[in-house]
Amino acid sequence: MSIDWIHFTPWASLAGGVLLGLAVAAFILLNGRVLGISGIAGGLLRRPKRDAPWRITFLLGLVCAPLVYALVASPTVPRIDAGWGTLAVAGVLVGLGTRYAAGCTSGHGVCGLSRLSPRSLAATLTFMGAGVLTVAAVRHLPG
Amino acid sequence: MNKHRITEFLVGLLFGLGLIVSGMTDPGKVIGFLDVFGTWDPSLAFVMAGAILVGLFAFAAAKKRTSAFLGGALHLSQSRDIDSRLIAGSLVFGVGWGLAGFCPGPAFVSLGTGNQKALAFVLAMLVGMAVYEALEARRGGRTAREEA
Repeated sequence: MSIDWIHFTPWASLAGGVLLGLAVAAFILLNGRVLGISGIAGGLLRRPKRDAPWRITFLLGLVCAPLVYALVASPTVPRIDAGWGTLAVAGVLVGLGTRYAAGCTSGHGVCGLSRLSPRSLAATLTFMGAGVLTVAAVRHLPG
Repeated sequence: MNKHRITEFLVGLLFGLGLIVSGMTDPGKVIGFLDVFGTWDPSLAFVMAGAILVGLFAFAAAKKRTSAFLGGALHLSQSRDIDSRLIAGSLVFGVGWGLAGFCPGPAFVSLGTGNQKALAFVLAMLVGMAVYEALEARRGGRTAREEA
């Protein structure tokens, strides 16, 4: 293993993480909600339909973030190496997997670990492990 | 408009800004973190550390309360099971995450940049979530679990 010093951004990432933590704190304390994106989005697809408005307002806030960010700083260009087919397959896997696991990086990774939940720790170690092996397979397996 | 709508929007906005500032809306950076066998970008660990540092205090405070500050219940999951659904679901999620470098939050945020690849990913993700709902409905209409 060698460190990617070119892309490593310890301070910006730590600061951004603190912002995530503040959002998580505000959501649980003010609204009584756990900030888990997959659960918030997936709940919109549940039938019979119920409690849709709060999910939609929250997601609207997420989508507006780049517009607000662009007012104060120039956005960086994302590196999306995956092709269309890979993105489609990956999207379905992420949607299906996060709903079965009842949480993703935010719900289990941030909120669950902040609650010191063993269940969320198990989920986080599992999806990170699977992610590591997938990237290893795609990038480093011969052929 | 009630005050819940305002805080929901602002919390979504703040979380989105956090993801942008931290660099997590760049799939290349996420894959850089998962690439421990190549050149490793540890940034994501710093994001988690920053978020959890604040989150620890938030959930410790929440545990002492019975209701939210704006009124209403605290919707905290009571699930403790480490079962096959949790592990299999997390494995499937992790494979998709490693393939694209997107997880649900950054994917939604990237919609706001008009990025077409992010749009394709989100649509596919919603299909996956809809498949889950359809399979759950078939299981005999048992209530879908609360999110983590």
